[in-house]
Amino acid sequence: MSTATRSLPRTIGAHAILLTYTAIALFPVILVIMNSFKSRAGIFGAPLTPPTPKTFDLIGYTTVIGQGDFIHYFQNSLVVTVASLFFVLLFGAMAAFALSEYRFRGNSLMGLYLALGIMIPIRLGTVAILQLMVASGLVNTLTALILVYTAQGLPLAVFILSEFMKQVSDDLKNAGRIDGLSEYTIFFRLVLPLVRPSMATVAVFTMIPIWNDLWFPLILAPSEETKTVTLGAQLFLGQFVTNWNAILAALSLAIMPVLILYVIFSRQLIRGITSGAVK
Amino acid sequence: MPHRARTSGPCIEASSSNNIVWNRETAGTELMAADISPKRPFRWHIAIFLAPAVLVYTAIMILPLAGTLQLSLFRNIEQHQVFVGLDNFRTLFGDPNWSVNFWNALRNNVWFFIIHMLVQNPIGVMLAALLSSPRLRFAAFYRTAIFVPTILSFVIVGFAWKLILSPLWGVAPHMMDLIGLKSLFTPWLGKEQYALTALSLISVWQFVGIPMMLIYAALLSIPEEVIEAAECDGITGMSQFWKIKLPLILPSIGIISILTFVGNFNAFDLIYTAQGALAGPNYSTDILGTFLYRAFFGFQLQVGDPNMGAAIATMMFLIILGGVCVYLFLVQTRLRRYQF
Repeated sequence: MSTATRSLPRTIGAHAILLTYTAIALFPVILVIMNSFKSRAGIFGAPLTPPTPKTFDLIGYTTVIGQGDFIHYFQNSLVVTVASLFFVLLFGAMAAFALSEYRFRGNSLMGLYLALGIMIPIRLGTVAILQLMVASGLVNTLTALILVYTAQGLPLAVFILSEFMKQVSDDLKNAGRIDGLSEYTIFFRLVLPLVRPSMATVAVFTMIPIWNDLWFPLILAPSEETKTVTLGAQLFLGQFVTNWNAILAALSLAIMPVLILYVIFSRQLIRGITSGAVK
Repeated sequence: MPHRARTSGPCIEASSSNNIVWNRETAGTELMAADISPKRPFRWHIAIFLAPAVLVYTAIMILPLAGTLQLSLFRNIEQHQVFVGLDNFRTLFGDPNWSVNFWNALRNNVWFFIIHMLVQNPIGVMLAALLSSPRLRFAAFYRTAIFVPTILSFVIVGFAWKLILSPLWGVAPHMMDLIGLKSLFTPWLGKEQYALTALSLISVWQFVGIPMMLIYAALLSIPEEVIEAAECDGITGMSQFWKIKLPLILPSIGIISILTFVGNFNAFDLIYTAQGALAGPNYSTDILGTFLYRAFFGFQLQVGDPNMGAAIATMMFLIILGGVCVYLFLVQTRLRRYQF
């Protein structure tokens, strides 16, 4: 890029705007985490200062861990997210492979059919989904959530993965065929390893809405046994409206796992977004 | 054996050749045309590859959606589902118990959407434009930081902002005091005239990362040659953005608009977390999602009514479908995608 477009004031201006917005984006998160480590007096007396030895207090965390069954909720969330993710990736990749690799009657129609779900949210079918789950006895089971999230994640997964699978070299697959590999082996042994980076992208896209969803846990699995972290935090926050230490600690506990995962995977996620799958 | 010599889609291979303009139609016709197969045994593996995804998707998503649409035409009379045609919709639009709430929710939802379009998307485009300026330092840091709110759940976002805006804690009034605007502070979430706008802005705060990222990706994919040509012609800086880059990223702006539309008319969690199912104060933040939840599950003294819930879901379905159709047939076909 030539130097003609660059000048010092412009660069400073760009940094000023970006820094301001970064501050706006991070401020509430930092504020909550910071204050969760303070005593009640510290929270109200000086909300904007970091905890000092005088105001440092873990009372919020002890309350949360004593009262709410957060570790159990956390496990539920983990089971639901990991299982749905597994099925979305496996089924999604298989369907994407069929759609991108073979020509058959109704190929593009099938692609369109599967893409419908990208635009039409599954939430609108809730009334009938609940009836279905009641009829099959799956209400208040994690299986119900896994099924729903698998269906929810599939359309986007198929769409993105088939874009990537088209890029896998034909010569490689044909070489495999000449060597007598079955279509299944070609898929699992040749193609899947090659599209692994895009699988990671899809995984991140699928995971965030599942982990954060409140609607389906609230409707399909509100029992104590099957509560997810998001629902558990929601109910806990509702009960402890006046216990600020506990609320701030609960919020921080809910933020931190996601934040840590994000910091680890952010490069993957951002590369995924900017790599053109959704250009 | 080799099933076909692939006439690869233009979308992939075209990336190496310059300035090929294509749109969905050309890609579609090619797919259809290449689909004539000679007699051969049924290829079971295709069915097996497709089956799990199609089955789960159909059973959990498509059939319930269809079932919901169908339920909206029935009513529970003495423990029996009776077909009543469009009666539920007549109740929804005609019976003041329902229609007042419905129109209120719809109006609020439209306002919710307008704020997103007017605030979220311009800010997103601006941030992306700044981020994509060449040799900007710390770009990766800014990108990562600004995207943080998007990965948080509504429960966290709603509650954290509720605390910050609460007059009890006093963070917001204290900060406004620092810039000398304390007199402007009111408990926004508690006042009918401000609550919805405040919540929309919170939602904007959360989701600004998505338009930013998508536009950023689109800006990065503009080839150097185009920018260089513009510079040779003396178009730089702001006018370069407006005259060269903006037209090239219009398709991405279209995608963002439709994503915002679908997301907004389907929103529920943030309002439910911050204001509860009653969407207070006095229903002033009620949107279609919360209205559906109340109708379906009931609240306080009102008993839940799955059929009316289905009728509201059907209306949401029609609204979203309408928006998607407008996008596909009016916007998408007019915007050409430039593939370099």
